[in-house]
Amino acid sequence: MAENVDARGLSCPQPVLMTRQALQQTGGDEVVVLVDTMTQVHNCTRIAEKLGWQANYQEKDDIYELTLRKI
Amino acid sequence: MAPDALAQVLRPLEKMFPAERFPQILVGLGTLSDDAAVYKITDELALIATLDFFTPVVDDPYQYGAIAATNALSDVYAMGGQVTLALNISCLSDCLPPEIISEILRGGGEKVAEAGGVIVGGHSVDDKEPKYGLVVLGFVHPDRVLTKAGAQPGDTLVLTKQLGVGIITTAFKADQTRPEHFDAAVESMLKLNRTAAELLQNRDTHACTDVTGFALLGHACEIAERSGVQLRIHADRIPFLPGARDYADMWLFPAGTGHNQTGYGKHVHFDSAVEEEVRQLLYTPETSGGLLAAVPADRLDDLRADFAKANEPLWVIGEVLDGTGIEVVP
Repeated sequence: MAENVDARGLSCPQPVLMTRQALQQTGGDEVVVLVDTMTQVHNCTRIAEKLGWQANYQEKDDIYELTLRKI
Repeated sequence: MAPDALAQVLRPLEKMFPAERFPQILVGLGTLSDDAAVYKITDELALIATLDFFTPVVDDPYQYGAIAATNALSDVYAMGGQVTLALNISCLSDCLPPEIISEILRGGGEKVAEAGGVIVGGHSVDDKEPKYGLVVLGFVHPDRVLTKAGAQPGDTLVLTKQLGVGIITTAFKADQTRPEHFDAAVESMLKLNRTAAELLQNRDTHACTDVTGFALLGHACEIAERSGVQLRIHADRIPFLPGARDYADMWLFPAGTGHNQTGYGKHVHFDSAVEEEVRQLLYTPETSGGLLAAVPADRLDDLRADFAKANEPLWVIGEVLDGTGIEVVP
């Protein structure tokens, strides 16, 4: 079961901090992050990649669902 | 606002006030736009007018007022002028204790006094999210106006403050900063550009602007576009405030970084050796940043000596070339 981070409505750098915390604390190998701007998608993707995770996103109704998987 | 959105909403005003109908306006809207407006009164005298206000970037009310004022005053200096009058703009909650409001106004007032100007009035409205700033008026000789439009191939690019205020204040909002990093950023924001502007003007500076919301690269793009030149910036020569690189490694960039990259990215070419964190830092908005200027290469030694004598910092960060846009090399 993937761990979820809901960072919708939050401004920079909160989504990045929440993503980093989730990746560092999770025992699993998948984390799903919800954000609502492309800037947050880019920033959360970047911090995930720096920590050794790969990111994919899809957009539904102006919400971006970012799926992060441990490489 | 993001740079492209701002340009779009301002376009109707440019049509309403066409430049050809107002010959006294040396610097105004549209293609004439710059850090502040300049209105020629006589052959010897031009008025500089500018306005700037923002939400708190620090918790201390006195520092907030002083930073907002330093930032507003900077636009007069970036045009080569001297500060004369200022008016307060405050959007503060009626529920705020009067001592807090007094401290904000005291901070602003002391900076205007340090600049040699005087506060002559202002206007306040009730607002839940605090905002403070000033209208600033100054004067300059019409022949000595410093704009973004005069850079020439062969000029040297100089910068008068370190970068990094934007990422440090963003990290501060998330409780991620070390106190010494934050203090250095505040000190930088509180420093007037007055002396730096005077020294630049005395050495025949060709183009000048202050580095604020559109970041180093956005403001550099404006110089390149207005002057019809290319700017080459050496990333390794860019001075950063202590801590800025650490917070970039943690990717604590404000939303403005992405907006600036979207708005100016098509004009900027990075050498592949320039690290991603550095690229992002160069797109990160600054508050009360330093002056970015194009100076004649043969005046650089004198300029360096002037700055050293005045105990003012100066960094040589690049050069002006034939072409368009910005080239960032390691």
